[in-house]
Amino acid sequence: MIDARRSLLLHGGIVACLALLAATLPAYHAGNLTRILVLAVYAMGYNLLFGYTGLLSLGHALFFAAGMYGFGLSAALGGLSAGAALLAGVAAAALVAGLTGALALRTRDVAFMIVTLMFAQAGYLTILYFGTWTRGDEGFVLPAAARRLAGFDLRGDGARLVAALTLFSACFLATAALTGSRLGRTLIAIRENEDRARMLGYDTARLKLVAVVLSGTLSGLAGAAYAMLFGYVGASFATVQYSILPLLWVLLGGAGTTVGPLIGVALVFYLIDWSSRVTDAYMLVAGVALIGLTLFAPQGVAGLIRRKAAPWLP
Amino acid sequence: MAAVTLLETRGLSKSFGGVTACDGIDLALPAGETLALIGPNGSGKSTFTAMVSGRIRPDRGRVLLRGRDVTALPAHARIAMGMAYTFQITSVFADLPVRENVALALRRTVRGEGRVQAGTDRTLERVGLLARADQPAGDLSYGHQRVLEIAMGLAQNPALFILDEPTQGLSEPEVAEFVALMDALPAATAVLLVEHNMDVVMRLAGRIAVLDAGGLIAVGPPDRIRADPAVQAAYLGTADA
Repeated sequence: MIDARRSLLLHGGIVACLALLAATLPAYHAGNLTRILVLAVYAMGYNLLFGYTGLLSLGHALFFAAGMYGFGLSAALGGLSAGAALLAGVAAAALVAGLTGALALRTRDVAFMIVTLMFAQAGYLTILYFGTWTRGDEGFVLPAAARRLAGFDLRGDGARLVAALTLFSACFLATAALTGSRLGRTLIAIRENEDRARMLGYDTARLKLVAVVLSGTLSGLAGAAYAMLFGYVGASFATVQYSILPLLWVLLGGAGTTVGPLIGVALVFYLIDWSSRVTDAYMLVAGVALIGLTLFAPQGVAGLIRRKAAPWLP
Repeated sequence: MAAVTLLETRGLSKSFGGVTACDGIDLALPAGETLALIGPNGSGKSTFTAMVSGRIRPDRGRVLLRGRDVTALPAHARIAMGMAYTFQITSVFADLPVRENVALALRRTVRGEGRVQAGTDRTLERVGLLARADQPAGDLSYGHQRVLEIAMGLAQNPALFILDEPTQGLSEPEVAEFVALMDALPAATAVLLVEHNMDVVMRLAGRIAVLDAGGLIAVGPPDRIRADPAVQAAYLGTADA
């Protein structure tokens, strides 16, 4: 019970700190924060499956892109309002995650990684194939109508940051609540010892599918929000790079922790931002930093904090 | 037959690549009885319990639980019908606290986290692990991990408790504690016990079933089994020595 109160304080405190940052940061960093918050929602979706359920997917770009294209196509071609398109994006991601999960979960371990990777690749090629509507690699810019939500024009920096912060906070508090719930604890049990969980009477096959759908839906919500806030939809978001990135964020921030995804995204974002100003070989700097972290803090930043200082960290 | 038949197998058979592990096994287990399954290594005991619990599918034959054919049901669904199962090779959630291991066993059926935690404390107290409730299960000694796994079974309050070599690797005092735990089970609990330790078998079993090379060679009360010449030839003669 003390842990539950600590958890509420921690997550509420982080949301409050982010709101304070949003109000005080200079324009450049406020813009970065907007992007970090939306991508952190993607990372939280990924963490739900990888960090909490123990399933390593290499195909989450498929779900991010399903949300993004579900939003973009229904707004740009279907003429839906931003709110309705957002729902369409989330529904598209949930559907794609359900189908992918039902098939990919017939495999496990390395085979699961390969199958999810292949599904995402098929998704990417599908986007290119229907280039007439998706505009392929070039992508398309969203009309102004798709970027007005509840009377706010999300093309303005301030409104955009508020929207990103609202979305992040809602998802952050929801995942925190989920990890403490019956479902969350059961997913952790599957991660730790699936055979034992099944022999305690849990329908692990069904629960893993639930985890894939929740994770894919949250990733799709991030994709749809990214399109809405930044006004662009393109096939580059469906490439393998966008499947690897969430794995990287979550590994660095701390897999299976609620705060890890945010830490990981912010870390990678500023690492690349800073090193690309110092040198052209910024990916080398990023790579060395990644190797260092995996060597010295294999459980990620939040994992290290949990081990050294705060074992109660959810 | 006054007692209700809880578990029944009919012609249960399984081969692995031409090797017959179980061959047409018919057994019935009434509620409240402890049936010990004995036999030399490789005689098919673990394969039999794995088919009863649903971990592996039989090639032929049927499993009935409370008269209902559960042969096609997956393991988790059989557990939900009132089975509990402990693994031959200890299987706990090593990185989770002892408390959470037991809580997971309770949480499937008990609503409300307060009641889950209260039930967890009661179970841990009963098996003597309450003082270690907050340690990771993987930090427990081997014997305590076995006890924890039995506690996870007890917590489910099963109608049928399947234990696959529960005393393997335990010290003598730990074996005595295990026997005491089994004695304290509710009278209606049926137990299917795979066990090599003949003292434990003789102490706990109401009936003994003897497997040899995948076939059932004798079933009966301990005294009769002890006197059975076929059993002595197959198993007891060497194990008692």
